[in-house]
Amino acid sequence: MKKGTLRQVLLLTDGCSNAGGDPVAIAALMKEQGITVNVIGILEESQHGEHGLNEVEQIASSGGGISQIVYAKQLSQTVQMVTRKAMTQTIQGVVNKELQQILGEEHELEDLSPAKRGQVVEVVDDLGETMDLEVLILVDTSASMTKKLPMVQEALIDLSVSLRSRTGANQFSLYSFPGKRQDVEKRLGWTPHLDSLSGVFKKLTPGGLTPTGPALQEALHIFYKRMDRIEVERDERTDLEETGM
Amino acid sequence: MREPISKKQGCKLYNDQRLIGKWHKNQYHIIKELGRGATGTVYLADTKAGLAALKVGQDAMSITSEVNVLKHFSKVQGDHLGPSLIDVDDVETTSGTYPFYVMEYIKGEEVIPFLRSRGGEWIGITIIQLLGDLDRLHLAGWAFGDLKPENLLMTGPPVRVRWFDVGGTTKLGRSIKEYTEFFDRGYWGLGSRKAEPTYDLFAVGMIMINCAYPSRLERKDKDNLKYLLTQVSQTSMLTAYSSVIKKALTGSYHDALHMRKDLTELIGHTSFSPEKHMVKKRSPVINKESATVNRKSYKKRVRRQQKRSSGIGETVLVASFLLLAYVLYLVGQIM
Repeated sequence: MKKGTLRQVLLLTDGCSNAGGDPVAIAALMKEQGITVNVIGILEESQHGEHGLNEVEQIASSGGGISQIVYAKQLSQTVQMVTRKAMTQTIQGVVNKELQQILGEEHELEDLSPAKRGQVVEVVDDLGETMDLEVLILVDTSASMTKKLPMVQEALIDLSVSLRSRTGANQFSLYSFPGKRQDVEKRLGWTPHLDSLSGVFKKLTPGGLTPTGPALQEALHIFYKRMDRIEVERDERTDLEETGM
Repeated sequence: MREPISKKQGCKLYNDQRLIGKWHKNQYHIIKELGRGATGTVYLADTKAGLAALKVGQDAMSITSEVNVLKHFSKVQGDHLGPSLIDVDDVETTSGTYPFYVMEYIKGEEVIPFLRSRGGEWIGITIIQLLGDLDRLHLAGWAFGDLKPENLLMTGPPVRVRWFDVGGTTKLGRSIKEYTEFFDRGYWGLGSRKAEPTYDLFAVGMIMINCAYPSRLERKDKDNLKYLLTQVSQTSMLTAYSSVIKKALTGSYHDALHMRKDLTELIGHTSFSPEKHMVKKRSPVINKESATVNRKSYKKRVRRQQKRSSGIGETVLVASFLLLAYVLYLVGQIM
């Protein structure tokens, strides 16, 4: 039997959105569609605290994901930690629902005795290792991010190293916003590895606006399209991925 | 691991606090905080059976995951494979219910300062001990994962290195759960993050480098292997080990035993003259009497030897024989 696929958006940004719809609302919609939204807020070395990055937390919490605020230098480790934690959290959510069906309402992992908990956690660990994963990476490339982009690129290649070590299959795609003409620009179509990433951020023309909402909306459409196609051509799935969309 | 800036408030226990487990009703008396990890805080606690280490976290998932690993170890025959698990329970506080587990309290010295204060041969001996444990862990089907000096302690006497934080321990063949960049071969572009013996052995090589470079190094854009090996060749502390370190970093050792064998032979054939890296501690007085062979005091002698000036070749010769004997003795102890 085929185990399900975990779908995630990983949003990397350094500040508040200032164009288009409300990203928090879109994130809530995505959660309803089974897509987790994780957000990493990247600070400048000179910046302090979490000032102005409230939105980061709000998007993640309404998107059922995890948020983390870091300095650019610590990005690599954080990106992989957030992705992994979010996977576990999503799977745990599913397992918790199953538990509730078996044990009745108001029963969660914490309500089990420590001995029984161990078995449940082993199942969750197993699933996290073997389920297929699709990550759509959305990178904010507004003017203030320019200096941080080399770090972002490094962190993403690093994420690819981590995820490739899993037993389950991985698919990544990379989009940046704002784009030249549209809100979002495609940088890399669905691919199992991010090695092809080098140089992707070179030809950027940094823009002033940060249309986070529209960018998330576009991400949702990309997932819709992908899910439809997989639905139709499930049998030819491996073929499709190899011809490189 | 570096602390991320925003972190949800975990469970804070206070010195002298008494707590009773929700499920098993065991009582614990918190003495002090021992350290913080990625998944929780470890406290020294007094129990009915004596001192123990109590780790409290906020996330039942990750705490239970660690408990699972500790439980597996208690099934593995043999000593020293991680601290033994004593109890698993929840603590109910005013701010919520938090999961915790209690394990054996391992008391000891930090590894890097210990090794830096001793001679170069101690690096080898400690690593030999560590490799013996790693081999048994690998045979049991696990990789340590987040192998680094912070997760190790020097216990004794007799001097013995032990690990105490098993948070990153991963089943062989899976992806590494937790890592620290400097010790991670993925970070250096020298391999995957798959849990396999070679992953741990890479980290062992980096621990050796860490001894000579306590502030650690940062990766370069390319040629990281060449860069690391250059750093190794530039410090007298590691000269003797350069071939072993190279093989560990390139994944040439398929299991811990091979690396251990190479190291054992190497220490047997090398005379570690203390003056190379102990220049500042040299004292002008030569205590000739200390060269007398005395079985009971040889351990003490080895230690004293590095603080003493040893211009006389004879002394060095006798000392290296003693060392060889001691290494053989230690190896015998481990087997």
